[in-house]
Amino acid sequence: MKDKLVEIKNLSVSYDKQRVLEDANLVIQPHDFLGVIGPNGGGKTTLIKAILGLVKPDSGSIQFHIPLKKVGYLPQINQVDKRFPITVLDVVQSGKVRTNFLSLLKKDPADRAYAEQLLEEMGISAIKHKAIGELSGGQMQRVFLCRSLMNQPELLILDEPDTFVDNQFESELYEKLKELNQRMAIVLISHDVGTISYYVKTIACVNGQVHYHPSNVISTEQLASYNCPLQIITHGHIPHTVLSLHENHHDHGHNH
Amino acid sequence: MTMDTIIELFSYDFFLHAFWASFFAAISCGIIGTYIVSRRIVFVSGGITHSSFGGIGIGYFLGWNPLLGAAIFAILSGWGIQLFTKKAKVREDSSIAIWWSLGMAIGIIFIYLSPGYAPNLMSYLFGSVLTVSVSELWFMGVLSVVLVLFFTLFYRLILYVAFDEEFAKTTGLPVTLINFLLISLIAITIVLNIRVVGIILILSLMTLPQATANLFTKDFKRMMPISILFAFIGSFVGLLFSFYVDIPSGASIIFTLVVQFGLVKLGLFLHQNLSVRG
Repeated sequence: MKDKLVEIKNLSVSYDKQRVLEDANLVIQPHDFLGVIGPNGGGKTTLIKAILGLVKPDSGSIQFHIPLKKVGYLPQINQVDKRFPITVLDVVQSGKVRTNFLSLLKKDPADRAYAEQLLEEMGISAIKHKAIGELSGGQMQRVFLCRSLMNQPELLILDEPDTFVDNQFESELYEKLKELNQRMAIVLISHDVGTISYYVKTIACVNGQVHYHPSNVISTEQLASYNCPLQIITHGHIPHTVLSLHENHHDHGHNH
Repeated sequence: MTMDTIIELFSYDFFLHAFWASFFAAISCGIIGTYIVSRRIVFVSGGITHSSFGGIGIGYFLGWNPLLGAAIFAILSGWGIQLFTKKAKVREDSSIAIWWSLGMAIGIIFIYLSPGYAPNLMSYLFGSVLTVSVSELWFMGVLSVVLVLFFTLFYRLILYVAFDEEFAKTTGLPVTLINFLLISLIAITIVLNIRVVGIILILSLMTLPQATANLFTKDFKRMMPISILFAFIGSFVGLLFSFYVDIPSGASIIFTLVVQFGLVKLGLFLHQNLSVRG
């Protein structure tokens, strides 16, 4: 068994000549469920885009101990055009990694069958011929989750899959991720710190730098020491708010 | 207008040419239009269209075929807009505006500098489908075949890149190459169809049939043939209309396409409402 999936060393990334990430270090371990939190503009999305090879780092290295095609990706939903004339089945099939794009010249019944299977498992095969513009936010996120699973990934990277979805779907989604986590490592960016702490195993605070916290229990003091001043959303007025494993995660407010 | 008189029209060369021009225009604009509408790059295409006027001006000045100059300008501006936006980080709308106005300015300057009167200038601005030459028809025919083949063979590649460019990169698709090829095909399609409806109206031929097709399908694959069909019906009826009422063909074709959209929309509206009540 590998002890590391991805190893990020001294990574610095800039956007428009502005340093977004400085000297970041992070190891993604097998079966980890890493919650990535941090303020807007702190570099959460930049970090995963660097992992995916979508932005070029200024310096540092990203080492993969798994094939690159075994990394599944669910981008922020506002990255895609929701009115593009494309069917659900085509969206899911587009997730398949091609080593040779000429393989796209011919139909691949196995791809289609696997896409249908994923939609079935996600409980949305009824909408497979619909255009994505006709779906609700929750359905759309499930479709993009299916797309990210097309290559049977060993590492799944999700950028705010909880936007545009209602509370009920949000907990369904996290249950689904928990189930997937038995087969693959998950890196989850979320703005909903309270809710994800119930599901994640470890936390990375990203604000210019990356602070890895090998537990899902984190206090505001720790967050502050990580230079990650986040408002932890909880109900009631608890002094020294602590994110921790709750018996009933519905306790945690969704009042963001 | 009876069937006999329509058949009689086909015995005239100029009408036959106009018919084939509309036919090929429908195919190329149906396919490329579906792409630009789906990808929301109508404004980019507007920039390419207008900047091709610069090439027409230089063509006049040097005594070349103005369409050759237009093709060079269109392709360069297509690449230029992409380059400015992606590499030089100029806002896309600003970058489009720069190429749009630069092309128009160059065109006006060179037409002014050209000796004598530019007799066909109006036909480039407003189209003149009845004077399309046989060699232009050949170019349009070849373009139609190329587009049909390209979009059939590379359908999935084009679709995936157009839908989510960044994600497509993570799946190993040649995103830059595809964008480059498609912007070139857009430029060539625009230039070869300038003669049909003119620079001013060409964008409508690439967006109106698609708007009508969009009423029936939200699937890229189906939108292409349906757009071709509506583009062809609109162009042919518009052509007949212009011939009988004796008005400019380009404007008549676009007018027909708008009416077609309105009628289909109304028809669908009535159909839905009646079937709900019935």
